[in-house]
Amino acid sequence: MIEIKDLHKSYHMGSNSLHVLKGIDFSVSEGEMVSIMGSSGSGKSTLLNILGILDEADEGSYHLDGTEIKNLNERVAAKYRNQFLGFIFQSFNLINYKSALDNVAMPLYYQGEKRNVRTEKAMHYLEKVGLANWAGHLPNELSGGQKQRVAIARALASDPKVLLADEPTGALDTRTSYEVMELIQGINDDGKTILVVTHEEDIAHMTKRIVNLKDGIILDDSVVKQVRAKEAKAKALTHV
Amino acid sequence: MFNLERWQEIFETIRKNKLRTFLTGLSVASGIFILVILLAIGQGMQNGISSEFENDAANRIQVWANVTSEEYKGLNPGRRIQLDNQDYDLAEGKNIDKLEYKSGVFSNWGVLTSYKGETGSYRVEGVRGDYQFLENETLVAGRYINQRDLDGYEKVTVLGNRVYQDLFKGKNAIGEYISITGIKFKIVGIYTDPGGEREETRMFIPLTTAQRVFNAGDKLRSLVFTLKPEDKFEDALAASEAFSTQLENDLKTRHTVAPTDERAINVNNSLENAKRFYDLMAMIRYFFWGVGICTIIAGVVGVSNIMLIIVKERTKEIGIRKAIGAQPLSIIGMILHESVFVTAIAGFIGLISGLVLIEFVGPLIETDFISNPSVNFGVAITTVIILVVAGAIAGFFPAYRASIIKPIVALRDE
Repeated sequence: MIEIKDLHKSYHMGSNSLHVLKGIDFSVSEGEMVSIMGSSGSGKSTLLNILGILDEADEGSYHLDGTEIKNLNERVAAKYRNQFLGFIFQSFNLINYKSALDNVAMPLYYQGEKRNVRTEKAMHYLEKVGLANWAGHLPNELSGGQKQRVAIARALASDPKVLLADEPTGALDTRTSYEVMELIQGINDDGKTILVVTHEEDIAHMTKRIVNLKDGIILDDSVVKQVRAKEAKAKALTHV
Repeated sequence: MFNLERWQEIFETIRKNKLRTFLTGLSVASGIFILVILLAIGQGMQNGISSEFENDAANRIQVWANVTSEEYKGLNPGRRIQLDNQDYDLAEGKNIDKLEYKSGVFSNWGVLTSYKGETGSYRVEGVRGDYQFLENETLVAGRYINQRDLDGYEKVTVLGNRVYQDLFKGKNAIGEYISITGIKFKIVGIYTDPGGEREETRMFIPLTTAQRVFNAGDKLRSLVFTLKPEDKFEDALAASEAFSTQLENDLKTRHTVAPTDERAINVNNSLENAKRFYDLMAMIRYFFWGVGICTIIAGVVGVSNIMLIIVKERTKEIGIRKAIGAQPLSIIGMILHESVFVTAIAGFIGLISGLVLIEFVGPLIETDFISNPSVNFGVAITTVIILVVAGAIAGFFPAYRASIIKPIVALRDE
């Protein structure tokens, strides 16, 4: 699904140049659930931005579902993002003047769906994340966990090939984090490919494979035994 | 533009961002509103001043005589100059083909007039038939003085509308006899004058009769002429200036007045005044246009500022939209569509409220110098369009910049 070879990326800030990614080789096949770990400054967010076609690599190749992602203009990039990718951000990034339902329906608007189709599909995904009763609420009337679930529903709405989550639980407490991870695991169980960037060990262990990033190179890449979020949550609750 | 989905999206955005929409609209609406009011008052002033100048024929040339102020050929200053029929004949004879209307005038003020117990004191002027046109008078009833009246020293009179109202109070006056200085005159006509009441408290009688009745011999108080119209204002002005200079010189020679004496013979040329008047009108027009254009510029700047702020405020939203697949063109389209829609609606609201205000308040501010304030609708519409286009152009650049920045940068924007 994702094929990356020898990826380099530097940021230029005035005369200083910061080499963030120093040759990443990495691939993800369909249905995998991978977490990318690393301390801040390791380049994990940069890698995710490149994977999400939000940013472009300086060197190396990137294939997404067999399509080479290279030198895209904004038009094509926007099309690929809409077609291939769903984003989940740490800060949710919902449009705050639109209701939960309209937020979820937005990718469908850009796919050119008719209004009634959009509403129907968006409602379906809101049901899936358990927020059907909150469809008409604005983001600031929702809790953090609910906002993230709306964001997940929005990411799913365009039926993407890959779901990219950038610190999806970064702004949430442990219990809500586990609930969100439970939802994400469920989506993976349905066969969707998911990439999670995180620096939290417990969240990483809820995926099936952990890629450790340090100073722009892959330190190790190992398959782990997945911890089910539901069980983790139950365990955490008994501790309290 | 005719994409229903886009319209729905825009309406939703507008509904959810009322303050932003209101502020954008306010700057446009107030700009147009002020412009409409300004143009209307400018037009009103123009109308008002024009009407002040409508009393008499616009190209009228009038000659009075006064006392001399300079010694000339052994004659002392302070000598009174008296115009007479020969002056009139001289002027007429020399310029017969150039003159359109002409009349000598002999008038008397405060002449006691009565009709069946109603009395009043009015100005009585002895004139020729052309005088009707020289004074810009319109007959309400009957006829004016004619050549037969002059030839036969007829005792006929044409009343001003005001005199008629005073003495007759609306009853039939034509054919009635009125007593002027104790002599019976037959009323043959009633006139009205755009100069209003002051100009309508007069009575006209044949010049020849007046000279007899007032025991004036062949004396005249003034000579009044108009020249035949020319196609171009400049030509008319030149001809009229030439005529008045020549007339002044002739009269000075005849009455032995120093060529440099400015008091003895007065030649008042309305067209010269008219030129000053037209210059004044042009100045007023330029002034209001200047202010109007400045208002539009201020409006454009206001709209541009708000567009910049809107785009800045929406940077993050634009980032989100791009992350979930919005095309750059659809971002630009969305922002421009919204701004054009809002400025257009606001512009028309400003236009209509300005017009409504003028319609209702206009009559209340009517004075001698402001009358019938109104706006050229085409100009107002053009202004609205200019503001809308300016708003769109002003919005385009920030929108374009926002549409090409990478979503990751836009997303980081707080």
